[in-house]
Amino acid sequence: MEQSRVKELELLATRARLLGLKAVHDCASGHIGGSLSAMDILTVLYFETLKVDPKDSKNPGRDRFVLSKGHCTPALYPVLALRGFFPVEDLKLFRSIEGHLSGHAEMHHVNGVDMSTGSLGQGLSAAVGMAVAGKLDRKDYRVYALMGDGEIQEGQIWEAAMAAAKYKLDNLCGIVDLNGLQIDGATADVMPTEPLDKKWESFGWHVIKADGHNVSAVAAAFEEAKTVKGKPTVILAKTVKGKGVSFMENNAGWHGKAPNDEQYGIAKAELEARLKELEG
Amino acid sequence: MGEVIATRAAYGKALVKFGATVPELIVMDADLAGATMTNGFAKAFPERFLDMGIAEADMMGVAAGLAACGKKVFATSFAMFAAGRAWEQVRNSICYPRLGVKVVGSHGGLSVGEDGATHQCIEDFAIMRAIPGMTVLCPCDGHEMEQAVKALIDYDGPAYMRLGRLAVETVTDSVEGYRFELGKGVTLLDGSDVTIIAVGMMVQEALKAAGLLKADGISARVIDMHTIKPLDEELVLAAARETGAVVTSEEANVIGGLGSAVCELLSARCPVPVIRHGVNDQFGRSGKAPLVLQAYGLTAEVIAEKAREAVELKGRQAGSLGAL
Repeated sequence: MEQSRVKELELLATRARLLGLKAVHDCASGHIGGSLSAMDILTVLYFETLKVDPKDSKNPGRDRFVLSKGHCTPALYPVLALRGFFPVEDLKLFRSIEGHLSGHAEMHHVNGVDMSTGSLGQGLSAAVGMAVAGKLDRKDYRVYALMGDGEIQEGQIWEAAMAAAKYKLDNLCGIVDLNGLQIDGATADVMPTEPLDKKWESFGWHVIKADGHNVSAVAAAFEEAKTVKGKPTVILAKTVKGKGVSFMENNAGWHGKAPNDEQYGIAKAELEARLKELEG
Repeated sequence: MGEVIATRAAYGKALVKFGATVPELIVMDADLAGATMTNGFAKAFPERFLDMGIAEADMMGVAAGLAACGKKVFATSFAMFAAGRAWEQVRNSICYPRLGVKVVGSHGGLSVGEDGATHQCIEDFAIMRAIPGMTVLCPCDGHEMEQAVKALIDYDGPAYMRLGRLAVETVTDSVEGYRFELGKGVTLLDGSDVTIIAVGMMVQEALKAAGLLKADGISARVIDMHTIKPLDEELVLAAARETGAVVTSEEANVIGGLGSAVCELLSARCPVPVIRHGVNDQFGRSGKAPLVLQAYGLTAEVIAEKAREAVELKGRQAGSLGAL
């Protein structure tokens, strides 16, 4: 990837971080930690990888994305807004009774959302269904599903993993946001899931490991997935929970907490400095 | 006497029949295709049949994804696992996004017989009915089942349908002008003293009960309420007004199903005596199906008894009102 393109994507991701942080701060609730860890992955998906058109968002031939970690709307909604699916101003009403941007991803009121999610462990199954439909209809769209590394403790994920291999869904690409933390603490302490590469491989998936904050590496992983035939691919994306805001990084306490005014000021200043650095 | 056929068998036949003309029709099962009788569809349309293995939660999610891409999906298992095991997936992945998935639970109720309590689902009506926007139905015979499958194919939203294991007599084919419509009950027999509102295989028992009551000089109306939700309010209200006493009958727990639905309506709009006949908040047990049904009072004789009680209650109420 050209260095200039890398910079563009990093700029977009930083803007999305600022918008997500503001949305969570303004409504004083929401899941910022896992949203910041997933922001670079979502930016690459919507600005580099997915074949989608905000003006034709229900096109049956479009690529599909399922936010299986459905609470990370402070990442998904800003990225959708920046991509043109709805006005950035709408983010003001995130989680508000007056708006349409519900706390967890919702497909009927939020343009660009392909599946309603929020209850963990269910999104990969829906993505499998979409990929099976694509195969049945001989369409060449691809389906992507982003999972949390705590979320994959749900047994349904592994039921879906078996089904995806059975139906040889090479049009399906899963991503695990490996930030190592969940609400109650470190994933390794709450319920260990490693070795994840061996688990997914043994379930019949092609496994790619990538740095989830390196936009070029993430984009390359999606390209590699497209070349894999006869089996689904999973990208194990190593990330940092709270990425981009110093005091939120690697801190499980920021899973579902909103910053107060002072904390928001510090976080905003840090991200704006990063923005300046990228623009400069 | 009409054809004797299990509703699960009629379901399997209907899927094959409509599969030929509805290319979007997808049938799923969770390793019970022989028992739920989706295996006919599997043979006829192998590409559109998905056996998801013993993984009902995933099956519901995959069904949702297929429906989000325009497929008409019938996701089938035993009632216990389709409605019970996968309840939250049905709620959050199918009903909340209003996707066109038909959740089909075979082997509902105690008539599962020998397999016993773990497989005798008596809670499906209650737990499926509690989900906003969910349609809940249980056709009483093969004739009605075929038309129900057609109606569900044409219906765009989510629905739960229960199938039975036992072969039952077909009773709706001889009803003049019978037409199946989701949310519309069918009056099978007119009567003026009491109304028996039944669902599923209790409809046949209700008809027999009406015969027993006739011998006592009680005129019973019998309604086949194949759709529990949305309830046919007009039909229930008219029956309550015109006969003044109601018995509901279902092969399910008396908590939360048809009886509850009828009481919820009548308590506010036309409070007449209602007696709920069904399983009295107990687990079932193993045994030959007819003997299990008998042990739990799911018979025409008990329905008739409940109807006599309802008529008596009506009389007592009229008496006490007169005394006021």
